Amino acid sequence: MQYSSQAVAKPYFVAAIGLFVGQIIFGLIMGLQYVIGDFLFPAIPFNVARMVHTNLLIVWLLFGFMGAAYYLVPEESETELWSPKLAIILFWVFLVAGALTVVGYLAVPYATLAKMTGNDLLETMGREFLEQPLPTKIGIVVVALAFLFNITMTVLKGRKTAITSVLLLGLWGLAIFFLFAFYNPVNIVLDKMFWWYVVHLWVEGVWELILGAMLAFVLIKITGVDREVIEKWLYVIITLTLVTGLLGTGHHYFWIGTPEYWQWVGSVFSALEPIPFFALTVFAFNMVNRRRREHPNKAATLWALGTGVMSFLGAGVWGFLHTLAPVNYYTHGSQITAAHGHMAFYGAYVMVNLTMISYAMPLLRGRQANSEKSQVLEMWSFWLMTVSMVFITLFLTAAGILQIWLQRLASDPQPFMVVQDQVSLFYWMREWAGVIFLIGLLAYLASFFVGGRPAEARAS
Amino acid sequence: MSGVFTKSMARNVFYGGSVFFFLLFLGLTFDTVRALPKRDMRQNITPLVAEGKKVWETRNCIGCHTLLGEGAYFAPELGNVVTRYGEEGVKAFITSRPVDGIPGRRSMPQFNLTERELEAITAFLKHVSTIDTAKWPPNNQG
Repeated sequence: MQYSSQAVAKPYFVAAIGLFVGQIIFGLIMGLQYVIGDFLFPAIPFNVARMVHTNLLIVWLLFGFMGAAYYLVPEESETELWSPKLAIILFWVFLVAGALTVVGYLAVPYATLAKMTGNDLLETMGREFLEQPLPTKIGIVVVALAFLFNITMTVLKGRKTAITSVLLLGLWGLAIFFLFAFYNPVNIVLDKMFWWYVVHLWVEGVWELILGAMLAFVLIKITGVDREVIEKWLYVIITLTLVTGLLGTGHHYFWIGTPEYWQWVGSVFSALEPIPFFALTVFAFNMVNRRRREHPNKAATLWALGTGVMSFLGAGVWGFLHTLAPVNYYTHGSQITAAHGHMAFYGAYVMVNLTMISYAMPLLRGRQANSEKSQVLEMWSFWLMTVSMVFITLFLTAAGILQIWLQRLASDPQPFMVVQDQVSLFYWMREWAGVIFLIGLLAYLASFFVGGRPAEARAS
Repeated sequence: MSGVFTKSMARNVFYGGSVFFFLLFLGLTFDTVRALPKRDMRQNITPLVAEGKKVWETRNCIGCHTLLGEGAYFAPELGNVVTRYGEEGVKAFITSRPVDGIPGRRSMPQFNLTERELEAITAFLKHVSTIDTAKWPPNNQG
């Protein structure tokens, strides 16, 4: 750690990991509800568990992004953070707002929560991933703007690098596109169309800029490869991202009432979306192969390489699998979508955050890298979580193919619930894979508490 | 990746390419918004349909169901549910949900909707079933 104000990143990383644990617990609850339908009913109905699962994911990823920005921006800009105090205040505001929102989801019926929190003034609730009550949504905007102000001021007073430019662009985009969460017309087609301005332009747009910047930063640090080379790659990758991803939004406009030319636009451009992820994988491996130093933090290197591979598989390959309109006609809204969603989010955004945390946490705790023993445990957690996520994805894909066959393709299509019963074996296997994931996550937590002599750099 | 193609060239390609494709996307969005009245059946959005959308949202139906294929995959597609079961069938299903669920099985919560809310949610779902969705879903089962 070169600047004392980088220390504000630490609580952000700790909170991110804590909320990650909560997300996985609710994931396991939902997985069990898939096969034991009345599990925790009516105390925690599936829709409530799902809100908690997805909202915790979003919030902890945002904590991770903010922590990453607070850590890397001072170092890149070669100056202290504009206001560490503001960063700490925002941390508590965001954490308390997030906690209150989750308590609200769990404690009162959703309709009551809507009434209590002023949804009648401006109706924004009840849309997938944007379920947060109005005060929470406003809170997110306020925190995001104050955070961006702090980060932007830091960048402006210091050295400007490609990494901070790309990161800032991504973060500003994140805040600006979130404003579409406040637009909820009564016309459901318009509603759905602009809902994707938040969801798609986040995860297949500006978030990828944040991902690229975070990965580029860690790769510079652990490989010692020349900044010029890494930053050039970064620009090439994010060019490919936005060139394919912006019009790639069209793959959501096939069947929601939008004109049919989107079937062509969406198919062609989203079929190209794996390219930037492939470039990301090649980039990560290339830089590690060309490394000029042997960084003692092996675990961080593993996470960085894993991000490349798993984002390509989850977002790239599993996205391509069902993105062409004639295929999507049958797969749309099936377990195939769920399979893709799980591996894409894990491979891209979970793993890039864990890469950053893996690199930065030891430094925030006063050492260049954790002990060998701690790193071995962390690498075990990497493999347990990653392999179990591969299996979760494979089981959901199998369930999805059967579902599509029985419900949509067979000569005598069967009702939804009849089909669900027939594929329950795969839901059981998914749940067991989820249990392994939790074990991996617990191993990850434990790795923070394994002491020992910090690993040191070996001469290469 | 070295020599002739420099970082500043890569940066210029990024900004140029992104701005171009963002403008193209905005253009297509604009065109779509203009074309929608022919497809989204907005002339049929009555105050009751609007109320129904609010019932849909405040019960977080999307947390279990899909609507035109978007949402959660725990419960059936509802974009065509009125075609599948009829208006009376939909109402009867919603009102008959047991408060404590069904042993061992998935069950929709009992929302205790008023008569008016029941009419509204049904009108909303009926409206959605009339939207031109390029013939999706493939069949009646959704």
